[in-house]
Amino acid sequence: MTVSDIQKLLNAKVLSCNEKLNMEVTNAFASDMMSDCLAFAKDANVLITGLCNPQVMRTAELLDIECIIFIKGKEPTDSMITLAQNNGICVLMSEYCMFETAGILFKTGEIGGATVGC
Amino acid sequence: MAADNTIKLHYDVPNDDFTRAGEASSDLKGKLKQMGISPDAIRKVSIALYEGEINMVIHANGGYIDAEISENGLKLVLCDTGPGINDIVQATQAGFSTALEQTRMLGFGAGMGLPNMLQNTDDMIIDSIVGVGTTITMFIKM
Ligand SMILES: Nc1ncnc2c1ncn2[C@@H]1O[C@H](COP(=O)(O)OP(=O)(O)OP(=O)(O)O)[C@@H](O)[C@H]1O
Ligand SMILES: [Mg+2]
Repeated sequence: MTVSDIQKLLNAKVLSCNEKLNMEVTNAFASDMMSDCLAFAKDANVLITGLCNPQVMRTAELLDIECIIFIKGKEPTDSMITLAQNNGICVLMSEYCMFETAGILFKTGEIGGATVGC
Repeated sequence: MAADNTIKLHYDVPNDDFTRAGEASSDLKGKLKQMGISPDAIRKVSIALYEGEINMVIHANGGYIDAEISENGLKLVLCDTGPGINDIVQATQAGFSTALEQTRMLGFGAGMGLPNMLQNTDDMIIDSIVGVGTTITMFIKM
């Protein structure tokens, strides 16, 4: 599935890297703890999170995660969006909360998990 | 690469600036990419150094990182003058953390950093003296 498909499913707002909407994504990880992402998000190219600070962008950058979905109510600042843009990370803002966001993507059967060791 | 072709890099990790934590890891990742290092090795370096950098900011008061890229791999030395680690064996156990609630609110403090650093390095030595500081030396084959 593409980032564009995700954007439609979640009725999400695109905040950076519009040019990456056609990118294929396969695996997602959902957490508010960046520690857990760094330890367990082995194959993720999508990160779903309710944490909203610059370290979310850093974590994604260092793990080669190219799409971040902020759940409902979490709005990244301009400097966070710039950091994502500079690192080629497509940022989406979901209409849904964490459970629903993950559930909607999981239900398609086209996005798998990404965990290791748990 | 001959021995005298060793590349040395130095990074300062600012004191108590959570927003900037990760800048060294990001910069080093970019440089390794340019050098054509394998994605697998770059991923290990990125994870291990970022965890270490975050620890220097949330548990100590910043410090510096020295990186040395040679024929065999990458040596990273992370040095801080923070409070030190009382029980190193305990600190390296998955889930052990002394992080405060405010750190957890920032997305860290699961007690996964040191175990993850061990996991992603070929060699790692923790030197720490309570009240003096912590120096972590990591080696990653490339
Ligand atoms: N540079 C350091 N200076 C002082 N204490 C440290 C340092 N690094 C780690 N520690 C101690 O070791 C503990 C375990 O570190 P570790 O990185 O595994 O977990 P954490 O930082 O608490 O959480 P996480 O890494 O999951 O965000 C810390 O809670 C802290 O008590
Ligand atoms: Mg840590």
